[in-house]
Amino acid sequence: MLDNIQKQLLKEVADLYKMPKGAYNIRANGEKAARNTTENIDIVTKDDKPGIDIIIKDGTKNESVHIPVVLSESGIKETVYNDFYIGEDCDVVIVAGCGISNCGTHDSEHDGVHRFFVGKNSKIRYVEKHYGEGDGSGKRILNPVTEVYQKENSFVDMEMVQIKGVDSTHRVTKAELAEGATMIVHERLMTHGEQKATSVYEVELNGEGSSTDVISRSVAKDNSEQIFEAAIIGNTVCNGHAECDAIIMDNAHVVAVPKLDARNVDAALIHEAAIGKIAGEQLIKLMSLGLTEKEAEEQIIGGFLR
Amino acid sequence: MLELKDLTYQVEENNETLTIIDHLDLTIDDGKFIVITGPNGGGKSTLAKLIMGVKELTSGQMIFDGEDITECSITDRARKGISFAFQQPVHFKGIKVLDLLRLATGKNISVNTACEYLSKVGLCAKEYIDREVNSSLSGGELKRIEIATVLARGTKFSIFDEPEAGIDIWSFQNLIQVFENIRKTVKGTVLIISHQERILNIADEIIVIENGKVKKHGPKDEILPELLGTADAVNRACSKMS
Ligand SMILES: Nc1ncnc2c1ncn2[C@@H]1O[C@H](COP(=O)(O)OP(=O)(O)OP(=O)(O)O)[C@@H](O)[C@H]1O
Ligand SMILES: [Mg+2]
Repeated sequence: MLDNIQKQLLKEVADLYKMPKGAYNIRANGEKAARNTTENIDIVTKDDKPGIDIIIKDGTKNESVHIPVVLSESGIKETVYNDFYIGEDCDVVIVAGCGISNCGTHDSEHDGVHRFFVGKNSKIRYVEKHYGEGDGSGKRILNPVTEVYQKENSFVDMEMVQIKGVDSTHRVTKAELAEGATMIVHERLMTHGEQKATSVYEVELNGEGSSTDVISRSVAKDNSEQIFEAAIIGNTVCNGHAECDAIIMDNAHVVAVPKLDARNVDAALIHEAAIGKIAGEQLIKLMSLGLTEKEAEEQIIGGFLR
Repeated sequence: MLELKDLTYQVEENNETLTIIDHLDLTIDDGKFIVITGPNGGGKSTLAKLIMGVKELTSGQMIFDGEDITECSITDRARKGISFAFQQPVHFKGIKVLDLLRLATGKNISVNTACEYLSKVGLCAKEYIDREVNSSLSGGELKRIEIATVLARGTKFSIFDEPEAGIDIWSFQNLIQVFENIRKTVKGTVLIISHQERILNIADEIIVIENGKVKKHGPKDEILPELLGTADAVNRACSKMS
């Protein structure tokens, strides 16, 4: 069913060595490769467009959903719509991710449109990893769109990771938060070669006491380019914080665009951005422990992106 | 043995040449516990950085165990057995105390072994082992971790730049014990830069560096009374200003 390349990709994007426990839907080369549902988590194929609905019952706790996508044929271009309907009082982990292996000459592109409807008091941890490999001239392209609608007192913790091999990414993440809701985003990104990555966040804090923390750590090497845009809109008593921390190397280009939009005197919004090369003293310290300059650099970047 | 021959280090500032280390000659014998002292700005840290290769000599020669290391990189010197605890430790985002100690030893040491190094510098190991070596640590904590990395390397030549700075007096006693232990157990050479009488007191030899030169060098029993008897740091500073 899944070949070795696809299994390898699954390992990279979802830490999956075998079929996961709990609910899952694995999509390979544009088709459903495997699916499992549980008593509390249903997965239904959409009939109007490509994609699935993931329906999680009220009160579902300590369960997980894996929905990885792998592309191993050159030249596949797809847009997939996945909607998550998460009930109230849930506590679930959702692991998405896309791995592309492109050894051919045609571009491979996966554009995932994910919408999350998070019920009251629910807690979601969402992990999304992107990974590309293959030495063909065809590009590996990922353009994910994520929309999050959080009800009262819900909590969403998102981890977005793209460390290797994706030529071009344009990520858009939008969220709307109701009273007492919290959204935390940790983005980790590394670009090299001629890669381009754009990440745009727009978080609307609509409910009293809602809060968000959007944190991006990135490393840009070679001739790569990164654009990070974070807009936080505070419509009420709320707390918003965005942070972009980037290491720039070689001939890379990094742009950080903060946008804070306060529409209430009690909206407390903060943005921090720092772009710079690896500190010389850090290299010197590790070299004085016996590491070469290259090894020191790897350790510093590895730690930074952890 | 470390031989420093006619070391000079100059910097250009506003089209002027400043001589920080001035034709300095010094021989450091093996297995000695040596304390370098002298007025602020005298050139102690600069000398230590020249030995580690962090700064490049303007002229002169350095021989370590018979081998000319003048042109060696920091990495090469480290691998030949020189270690350096910086006066101002750096911090890292994401690198944990345990990671740093593992890098220092060059081995995948166990948590227990790492904890032993931390205990040696008076840190409650369990609380620190998993912490990032970042700016959330206090100055004194960073300083102790810095010292621990050098202890963990256990090389034949270790330099500590003002290890006592920023360490509270309660722990200071402990720290003195750490260095006394090193003195007893380590076969290598230990070079400590310090202004503390208590540390000067456990030295085999004392070197006084002033204006980029060796002002005095001799056994502790000879140098320390001179230092304490004549001008203490305060007097010297005052006389300089007048
Ligand atoms: N790159 C530089 N540019 C200008 N001056 C420098 C430079 N590096 C060192 N110096 C000067 O050289 C002198 C020696 O500095 P160094 O840090 O070695 O002193 P020190 O003996 O360690 O002093 P302290 O006891 O305060 O630690 C100082 O006056 C310092 O300002
Ligand atoms: Mg100094």
